[in-house]
Amino acid sequence: MAHIHLSEQLPGIRGLMAFRPETATPLNALAEILLRSDEGLSKGERELIATFVSSLNDCFFCKNIHGAVARFLLPEQENLVDKVLRDYQTAPISSRMKSLLAIAEQVQLGGKFVDADTVELARLAGASDLEIHDTVLIAAAFCMFNRYVDGLNTFAPDDPDMYRERGRKIVEETGYVGSSPK
Amino acid sequence: MAFRPAIAPGLTALTNALLCTDEGLSRGERELIGAYVSGLNQCTICKNVHSAVAQCHLNANQETVEKTLSDIPHSDLSAKMKALLSIAQSVHRGGTYVRLEQVKLARHLGATDFEIHDTVLIAALFSFFNRYIDGLGVTTDDTPETFMERARRIAEQGYGA
Repeated sequence: MAHIHLSEQLPGIRGLMAFRPETATPLNALAEILLRSDEGLSKGERELIATFVSSLNDCFFCKNIHGAVARFLLPEQENLVDKVLRDYQTAPISSRMKSLLAIAEQVQLGGKFVDADTVELARLAGASDLEIHDTVLIAAAFCMFNRYVDGLNTFAPDDPDMYRERGRKIVEETGYVGSSPK
Repeated sequence: MAFRPAIAPGLTALTNALLCTDEGLSRGERELIGAYVSGLNQCTICKNVHSAVAQCHLNANQETVEKTLSDIPHSDLSAKMKALLSIAQSVHRGGTYVRLEQVKLARHLGATDFEIHDTVLIAALFSFFNRYIDGLGVTTDDTPETFMERARRIAEQGYGA
């Protein structure tokens, strides 16, 4: 049961967004800008970072929703998301992406944990300043979203089909701006 | 935010919605939560800015706010506020660290669902901002004077004004 009384039976962050619409609007706008752009990082790469950080934070709801979106956006490689979550260093992704996930991993520990060598390595692997910036921003933002969802102990369904369907809907229909309950 | 202007309006709107209201928690209490979490994350820039804004709202001096933040249990804060800051401390560690007993205690001491919600979201927001600032090695060229002036402007006009 959630720590606060959420009137509608909406899972994860969606129940919270219905509870406090004043903060829901800018939170969704932020998710939209962070995740639904192909400038520098692709949408799939952005969702992969979000899923990875949510997994490190042990946030079941966010890991499964963003994992579903990432799977939808990156269909070429079977089980890619699971391979990244298991061990991104041996996963079939570019060395640039590995170096960016290394930065995201440090951001999850805390801003002070990001070291210059890790950033330099990303730059050597071909990452631009914009991509490094967005990696830090996405990783940091998911340290908020994950804490928000779990800190209030929101309900997260087990059914994988629910996450698959939400993932598809976010990609094909609503985005994040259109995903909050009215 | 100057590097990536597209994100500025969303971040400012979120900050204003969470920090610039007296509904439930006062503006001063909200800034105190932000300063406290920033201190736990050792994010000096955020801690100093939000402590200064809290000083303005609470009509307190720097020493009083410093002393409060460095020893919450022995501070003059209300029992309810202490319970909420203990929730904020758990959120800083991670969402799954918040225990039901902490929430029950806060509620028993008079905290509403709205106040508990906002405490968790403010603590989560600063877990985000602190990482964004320090993760990119952001520094400030504020002097103590320009710094207090900025805090006063934020206290009067909100963020991004």
